[in-house]
Amino acid sequence: MNGDAVVVEGLTRVFNKNLVAVDHVNFSVKEGEIFGFLGPNGAGKTTTINMLITVLKPTEGKATVCGFDILKHSSEVRNCIGVVPQEYTADEDLTGLENIILCADLYGIPREISKKRAEELLELVELTKFKDKQVQTYSGGMRRRLELACGLINRPHVFFLDEPTLGLDVQTRAATWNYIKLLKKEYGMTIFMTTHYLEEADMLCDRIAIIDYGKIVTMGTPNELKEKLGGDIMTLSIKDGNIDLSSVIEKVPRVKEVKKQDGTYRIKVEDGEETAPTILDAIRAEGHSVTRLSLTKPTLDEVYLEYTGKSLREEEESKEAVFRQRVTMRRARGGAH
Amino acid sequence: MTQRNGNSKNPLHGLWALTNRELKKWYKNPYLLFLSIIQPLIWMGLFGRAMNIGAIFTSTKIPIPTIDPPLTIPQQIQLGQAFSNFSTTIMQETFKTSDYFSYMSVGIVSFVVLFTAMFSGMSIVWDRRLGFLSKALSTPVARGSILMSKVLNSVIRSIIQAAIVLGFAFALGLTVGPDFTVFNLLGVFAAVFLIGVGLSSIFIAIAVRSTRIETQMAVMNLLNLPLLFASNALFPTNLMPDWLQPLTKINPITYVTDANRQLILYAIDMHQLAIDFLFLSAFAVIFSTIGIVLSWRYLSK
Repeated sequence: MNGDAVVVEGLTRVFNKNLVAVDHVNFSVKEGEIFGFLGPNGAGKTTTINMLITVLKPTEGKATVCGFDILKHSSEVRNCIGVVPQEYTADEDLTGLENIILCADLYGIPREISKKRAEELLELVELTKFKDKQVQTYSGGMRRRLELACGLINRPHVFFLDEPTLGLDVQTRAATWNYIKLLKKEYGMTIFMTTHYLEEADMLCDRIAIIDYGKIVTMGTPNELKEKLGGDIMTLSIKDGNIDLSSVIEKVPRVKEVKKQDGTYRIKVEDGEETAPTILDAIRAEGHSVTRLSLTKPTLDEVYLEYTGKSLREEEESKEAVFRQRVTMRRARGGAH
Repeated sequence: MTQRNGNSKNPLHGLWALTNRELKKWYKNPYLLFLSIIQPLIWMGLFGRAMNIGAIFTSTKIPIPTIDPPLTIPQQIQLGQAFSNFSTTIMQETFKTSDYFSYMSVGIVSFVVLFTAMFSGMSIVWDRRLGFLSKALSTPVARGSILMSKVLNSVIRSIIQAAIVLGFAFALGLTVGPDFTVFNLLGVFAAVFLIGVGLSSIFIAIAVRSTRIETQMAVMNLLNLPLLFASNALFPTNLMPDWLQPLTKINPITYVTDANRQLILYAIDMHQLAIDFLFLSAFAVIFSTIGIVLSWRYLSK
């Protein structure tokens, strides 16, 4: 298995002979990491996930999940993965517990084991109190938690999350992140998730790939990606505005660029937090004092916009996809419809 | 690390879980359960009782043609008797039973199966639209089980509904035939099972690629009444126009209705009954196979 939970080589999917949804994508997900797949709507995130979870056949290329080929050994792949789709797939007419048991049955897990696991998972996602209530009475956050529990019933090795917080409010999103972190801690699995919430990716993911128009445009840890943009921006003012200290600042290691404008310095630095004190020391050593200082770190938003461009997308999505998303959003917002 | 060693490879495990999911929607929802029981009863009452074809011949409102010289009282009684015998003969000749209600009630059984089977196709369209289908496809459950669970659900519902319809028909005075025993009911349920498997497989096969509820509705509307009327469910086929006859001969509704009438109402013609069951079995086997093959082909896109 050479330490990689998912290996993707030249994976391609073409719809209707001309719409290239995923275009020769290569990446690998390391054992035990949270890998985030970012991109605008229609970029190919869900198509990629659907191929990896063996629901959709690739047009070209190959991929292995848990060391099994997704085409040749699809049933082994299915056994070792857990999936939380974008939609709320739990059956509204059944109770939470019945839904989890149904998932367990789909994996052929014997009843005596599945009952124990279901209770354990319900406990973990704090739904024990509601387990005998029909899912149509659940709130968006509860439904999402139930989906997480369902996806974990077979103790998956690789856990696929497609937009896990789509349509949830800020509190519920934060809570969902905590559950994901908790689940990962508890079960120590590899997580592959797609999202278009950048702060989510930044907070949760060990590594990120940004995909656009079916191609991966950049990949790395959140920090690496931010560094790629050219580092942090530090602005500072000195008491005596007439003296130019640019040459002094430039000598400090990890400073990349200094600009002086009307008495304030704009400094591009690497590792802003660590470099800033050094810069202050250098200025003090010259006998000057700093009156104001601020440090801005590039956010993932800037990285994202840098790679995917700022123009709005006129996506053409299938009616089915639009419908599903609408249902998901509606259910996320408030319990019954 | 993944603990899949203890998991059963028995395909029935997943099949039953999925079937039970569908059935629970039905029996856990008292409102739905009530409606699905009341609907065939309304049909039975409306068609079987309201369209009282036998009454056409026994109506006292039809004036006896005046004859000159006028008939004596005994002659009138005699004529009335003759007329009544004549009407019974017509009923007997046409429907092979003296009352249309009995004839009709058995037809309603076929009708109930047909309508239940039609809706089984709808649920797969919903599963696709709501994402449950892809969720199920990402699990190791057998692809065929996903479809067969819908078939099984529809068949179980049909059998229960058929039992309810027959129970009411018996209570309302269905006249059983000379060969009827309680064991014949097992034959009726077997026939319902076979037609249910065949019909729901057809409708699911039609639905398996469909993503739109509307398309499925249109297909259902196109097929339901023609299938019902081009059969012997409501009216004997031998009185239908010649161009329609071939259609009734290949319509499985005709065979299930005939089998059930033989078992309940008529003196059993073993030869004809065997043909009915042979046809129904072939129908069930062929279409469930097609359904499973299509599910293999189309469920994984």
